[in-house]
Amino acid sequence: MTEIGRRAALGIAAAGALGALQPARAESVNLPFANGGRPLVAYPGKRALIRLTSRPPQFETPMAVFDEGLITPNDAFYVRYHLAGLPLDSIDPDTFRLQVKGEVNRPLSLALDEIRAMPAQEIVAVSQCSGNGRGFFEPRVAGGQAGNGLMGNARWRGVPLRAVLDRAGVKAGAVQVQFDALDGPVAEGTPDFAKALDLDLARSGEVMLAYAMNGEELPFLNGWPLRLVVPGYFGTYWVKHVNEVTVLDRPSSTFWMTTAYRIPDNDCTCVTPGTAPARTRPIGPFKVRSFLTSHADGDQVSAGRLTTLRGIAFDGGSGIKAVQVSGDGGGTWRDAALGEDLGRHSFRGWELPLRLASGSYAVKVRATANSGETQPAEQPWNPAGYMRNVIETVNIKAVR
Amino acid sequence: MRCAVPLLALLAVAAPALAAPRTYELPDETAALAPGPNLDLVQGNCAGCHSFEYISTQPRHWPDVRAFWTSEVVKMKKAYGAPIKDADVTKIVEYLSVTYGR
Repeated sequence: MTEIGRRAALGIAAAGALGALQPARAESVNLPFANGGRPLVAYPGKRALIRLTSRPPQFETPMAVFDEGLITPNDAFYVRYHLAGLPLDSIDPDTFRLQVKGEVNRPLSLALDEIRAMPAQEIVAVSQCSGNGRGFFEPRVAGGQAGNGLMGNARWRGVPLRAVLDRAGVKAGAVQVQFDALDGPVAEGTPDFAKALDLDLARSGEVMLAYAMNGEELPFLNGWPLRLVVPGYFGTYWVKHVNEVTVLDRPSSTFWMTTAYRIPDNDCTCVTPGTAPARTRPIGPFKVRSFLTSHADGDQVSAGRLTTLRGIAFDGGSGIKAVQVSGDGGGTWRDAALGEDLGRHSFRGWELPLRLASGSYAVKVRATANSGETQPAEQPWNPAGYMRNVIETVNIKAVR
Repeated sequence: MRCAVPLLALLAVAAPALAAPRTYELPDETAALAPGPNLDLVQGNCAGCHSFEYISTQPRHWPDVRAFWTSEVVKMKKAYGAPIKDADVTKIVEYLSVTYGR
């Protein structure tokens, strides 16, 4: 797509629609749901991204970025915080220490240099916000009203959490590991952000304390100088600016585990719209998803000529087995060719060349994971608008 | 040895932040709430913890807009510990329902 075509497709327009308080020449996008107008704003270290909120800063990545390559560039990677107490001027990389404490034989206080001196590992993994696509839920739900851009795929470098836990020596009877960070609440009564993982997951070898992303140190807004990476799991567990690892002999009692980020405890993780679940459990791994990235809703292509449809797919860690594309709203499906395999936690590219006759097409993309999981035709509903993974539809037109 | 000085100078430029906390500067906030009843009260109770897009980007057109905003304000007070006086809850809900209810 040409740059102009892409901008038109994104619905980028001169500001004004959003009110006089936007900078004079700011650009904006209209996410395709009611009240979806958002400014495109560039923050230090970031290119112009879709800004949801300014304090704390929350940005989503325009879908077109995912068409540039399988790895999401650091300056385009989404940003999501809960609490506005950011450590904007308090982290000194020379004096920063990671505390490892609780049910361990040898409490640790590790400097960044000591962490970097441990054997490193790299993994390409998708991070995705639990509420990615929340704005599309029907009926609508309260919370951050995001399109599908709260996701990204990066090559993370750091140390396995298991190696750090082994160095500290986890005591018998430990069940969970809790992670606290340098960002915090503003009001005294707001629960500080902290998350916990079951000990088995924490010791999986894949969970890591990452200090680099795509060959560079972490961008500040993505958790500099150290963040947790939990491949296959929703972003809520990927604690940014992490500085405390506490081994627990009972499940964590933090608000962010016991009250927030919980999903209906049933097979569909869903309830009848408007009702509350009887039982809940903490959110866990991703559901399988796929997207068309080469074309945006409303795009026109040349009828009779070869059009290459292109996109991405990912799941909670089994890897992508197949991607199918339908041009007739789900009536018939064709297999797309899968692209380069960067690992089972990475975006997997897919491609399908098509010659389209004149007309309108509802293009649907459906991925199937190696686990056998596939995407539903209808989105199951839950009160918090988590885990959207319905088959997405993009309308394009072939014209002569 | 003639290159020693420029090399040192280059190193000093390349690593200026090593000796002190590093600073990240957030741009100034520009979002503002629309005029409406009890606006001062809303600004005083909400702005301490978050910018106003948290309000303006929420869905509208609820079947019962007061019920929606009541549940949000009560959530802020009870779950997130916002120091909102009981007597002010209705006034804040009034502003939100009138101003961001359609």
